[in-house]
Amino acid sequence: MQHKVIDIKDVVIRFAGDSGDGMQLTGTLFADTSALYGNEISTFPDYPAEIRAPHGTISGVSGFQVHIGSEGVNTPGDFCDVLVAMNPAALKANVKWAKPTATIIIDTDTFDEQGLKKAGFTTDDPITELHIEDRNVICAQITSLTKESLKDSGLDPKSIVRSKNMFTLGMCFFMFNRPLEYINAYLEKKFSKKPHLIEPNKKVLFDGYNYASNIHAIANTYEVAPAKQEKGIYRNINGNQATAWGLIAAAEKSGLQLFCGSYPITPATAILEELAIHKNLNVKTMQAEDEIAGICTAIGAAYAGDFAVTSTSGPGLSLKSEALGLAMITELPLVVIDVQRSGPSTGIPTKTEQTDLAQALYGRNGECPVCIVAAHSPSNCFDAAFNAGKLALEHMMPVILMSEGFIANGSEPWKIPSMADFPAIKPPFIESCEGGFKPFERDPETFVRKWAVPGKKGLNHRVGGLEKNPAGVISSDPENHARMVAARAEKIARVAECIPEQKVIGAAEGDVLVVGWGGTFGHLFTAVNELAAEGHKVSLAHFDYINPLPKNTAEIFAKFKKIIVCELNSGQFADYLRARLPQFSYLQYNKVQGQPFIVKEVVDAIREIL
Amino acid sequence: MKYTAQDFKSNQEVRWCPGCGDHAVLAALQRALPQVSEDLGYELEKFVVVSGIGCSSRLPYYMNTYGFHSIHGRATAISTGIKVANPELCVWQACGDGDALAIGGNHFIHAIRRNVDLNIVLFNNQIYGLTKGQYSPTSKFGTITKTSPYGTVENPFTPGMLVLGAHGTFFARGIDNDLALNQSIFITAAKHKGTSVCEMLTNCVIFNDGAHAAFAARENRAEHTITLRDGQKMLFGANNDKGLILKDGKLAVAKIGEDGVTLDDILTHHTDSDDIGLQSMLIDMKYPDMPVALGVIRDVKDKTYDINVQDQVNDVTAKAKVHCVDDLLRSGSTWEVK
Repeated sequence: MQHKVIDIKDVVIRFAGDSGDGMQLTGTLFADTSALYGNEISTFPDYPAEIRAPHGTISGVSGFQVHIGSEGVNTPGDFCDVLVAMNPAALKANVKWAKPTATIIIDTDTFDEQGLKKAGFTTDDPITELHIEDRNVICAQITSLTKESLKDSGLDPKSIVRSKNMFTLGMCFFMFNRPLEYINAYLEKKFSKKPHLIEPNKKVLFDGYNYASNIHAIANTYEVAPAKQEKGIYRNINGNQATAWGLIAAAEKSGLQLFCGSYPITPATAILEELAIHKNLNVKTMQAEDEIAGICTAIGAAYAGDFAVTSTSGPGLSLKSEALGLAMITELPLVVIDVQRSGPSTGIPTKTEQTDLAQALYGRNGECPVCIVAAHSPSNCFDAAFNAGKLALEHMMPVILMSEGFIANGSEPWKIPSMADFPAIKPPFIESCEGGFKPFERDPETFVRKWAVPGKKGLNHRVGGLEKNPAGVISSDPENHARMVAARAEKIARVAECIPEQKVIGAAEGDVLVVGWGGTFGHLFTAVNELAAEGHKVSLAHFDYINPLPKNTAEIFAKFKKIIVCELNSGQFADYLRARLPQFSYLQYNKVQGQPFIVKEVVDAIREIL
Repeated sequence: MKYTAQDFKSNQEVRWCPGCGDHAVLAALQRALPQVSEDLGYELEKFVVVSGIGCSSRLPYYMNTYGFHSIHGRATAISTGIKVANPELCVWQACGDGDALAIGGNHFIHAIRRNVDLNIVLFNNQIYGLTKGQYSPTSKFGTITKTSPYGTVENPFTPGMLVLGAHGTFFARGIDNDLALNQSIFITAAKHKGTSVCEMLTNCVIFNDGAHAAFAARENRAEHTITLRDGQKMLFGANNDKGLILKDGKLAVAKIGEDGVTLDDILTHHTDSDDIGLQSMLIDMKYPDMPVALGVIRDVKDKTYDINVQDQVNDVTAKAKVHCVDDLLRSGSTWEVK
């Protein structure tokens, strides 16, 4: 067979296996080495809720999709060019994500009677049963080959079998002409604390590489050239890590200690974990006894003068609702991060959705608006967290930062910024005052109150959940209550003066304005670009600031014939826009499947209204 | 002394019912704090008083200190956040039996488990007062209230037993109108490093009048309570001639001079003893069989959470190679595009 190296712009690879097969690691390694090579990347981990779901079953299948390319990689890709399936269940669950032209690699050692039965196959020929006879299916005895490769490694049998993911990775490296020096250096660094694992990992990976080269079943290998990137230092970053770092950055810029009180919850836990590592950067973390204690310890820390944050996901935000109201009425700075997941209730906890927006907007008792910002990509979580911190600290208010599982776990290369390029954060501290401190006296421009931190002489005051007058004295006077409710709302409305104007991607006027927010950016951007390239007058307005809305929003909307709001819920942002800007009519494209958009479906939806 | 009780009084009108036990507890606290300030070197602005929701949780408004009147049950979590953020503050917390032990029970036991350096004043009137008379987690079995018109059918908590169950380091108990004892309890609590739980047996004149009266009323107090003092014999009675002895592994009341019992046979109280068995027997003594124990029952040394957190931050910082966010962003695996 003639072997050809074909240059391609981008390629999508999906690694799928049992949740114990190390597919997340395999995918991450492939992504990291591709990023080191200079490709653009975008990743999408798609894993089950159970740590070790029943072995070999569909429910236990864990997937990791990597999109690499030399340009235009904005999403992890809709469908894959290569599917690696480590067992029958992985094949069955993921074949729908494979392009008709895809190459499929399977570990035939796992395709025995028992494995096929567990995956729900009714015949002993899964290829025919799945109607993929015409695909390029590469059947490799990956488990046996791995055992053979490592028989003299000194590793125990369990560790040897576990290394089959590295064999597979080696095969993929061959297919995509990945330079092996990157993986060599990478493995040496990764296992620097377990040096006895370096050589076995290298060996099994190279054996996989050579195996793929020798079997001649892979007709073509592919070259994905490095991207033309801006000069600078780069790293890979996922959304949760970027969020944690953005918070640390805001603490540094404000000169305050960062306090994080949180309770573990998927998919937000990694934020608390990441912050817990960086105690050297003036960070205190507390794993609280529950979600409520998470936010309440943070509120206490805010009262004491810290930059306080609490991270959670939808069900945790529900539990924090009452305390969030307390932070709002006491006008203390606080960032609440909601890494959204599929709901309601426990829902599908490892899957992504944008279904908490209504909760964030309205989910509290009383008149209780809060500022809401959203992150739109893994690396953008850094800026979004920084901005959320700046707004909270300078406006003395809680801010909800909306993230979502898709960008929280997904990763992409990030050109590392310099902190010198970020603005200062100046909280409205008060050092002293004459005649007694009045906690709810406001700046006439911004409506922001002063922050008097315990320990400051002469500023003793009381705050609390009861309605107060501007002097801080409890008041149930009807007129005072009305004034305080209006003032607190006005304070948030005036944040619009401090946030950037909304940008339009594409022409400033046209036939269709696609409106989105949060982690759908990559898909919507790609869809709009595709249609614009065909000559359609389609633009995108993707919102990072939800409450308040940027002040030019109506101006933008007025310049398009149709507006379509695309979101991973049943229309929560659309409903909000209808309430805020009722002069426009809004079409919707929604998906509530616990899965991100597919570019094609968005393109089709827009095409339908063109 | 630099301060007087007056310095700790705010200008707010105290709105508890006339005759409510909370008035006396507030007075004892305001009298204790000048001494606390003197002994521990806290300026007035270093005091923070936190509360949840309930009658007793109005207390921060009556103190001329920094104060935070929060939400139901959550005072302990908010106090914890304040103290961890700034361990140099002297943090006090006022909470009721419903607030701290029902809706806030989780935060209460976990603060004690962590040994956060908080001074918790637990007002135990065995009733929900602010919501007008429903039973609480400390109401006696069978208590008739608006939500238990036929009597409760559940056992109450003994708060001190929860403290011991969480390996708490400080527990004291006082009767609301015993200002001298309560004042000394608060001063000892403030000096204690860790979570100090001071249970105040308070009387709700409206919804649960006389709940503690059988032993707490002034005429019953000598015979039915015992005030424990560190290093002293466990004696009580109108003539101070009764004492506690250990008999068959259990506490028993003995009278000096009867059955050959002498002063030597009477147990001596040690607040710093780690004999949790004896302390639990003391805390669990119930009227009418035994005298109810008052005073500081347990005061043992252990590391505090707030200081442990700070020490770890200092330790990690001293060893770290990353000192700012710019360093952090460039740490680990990076590559350069030229």
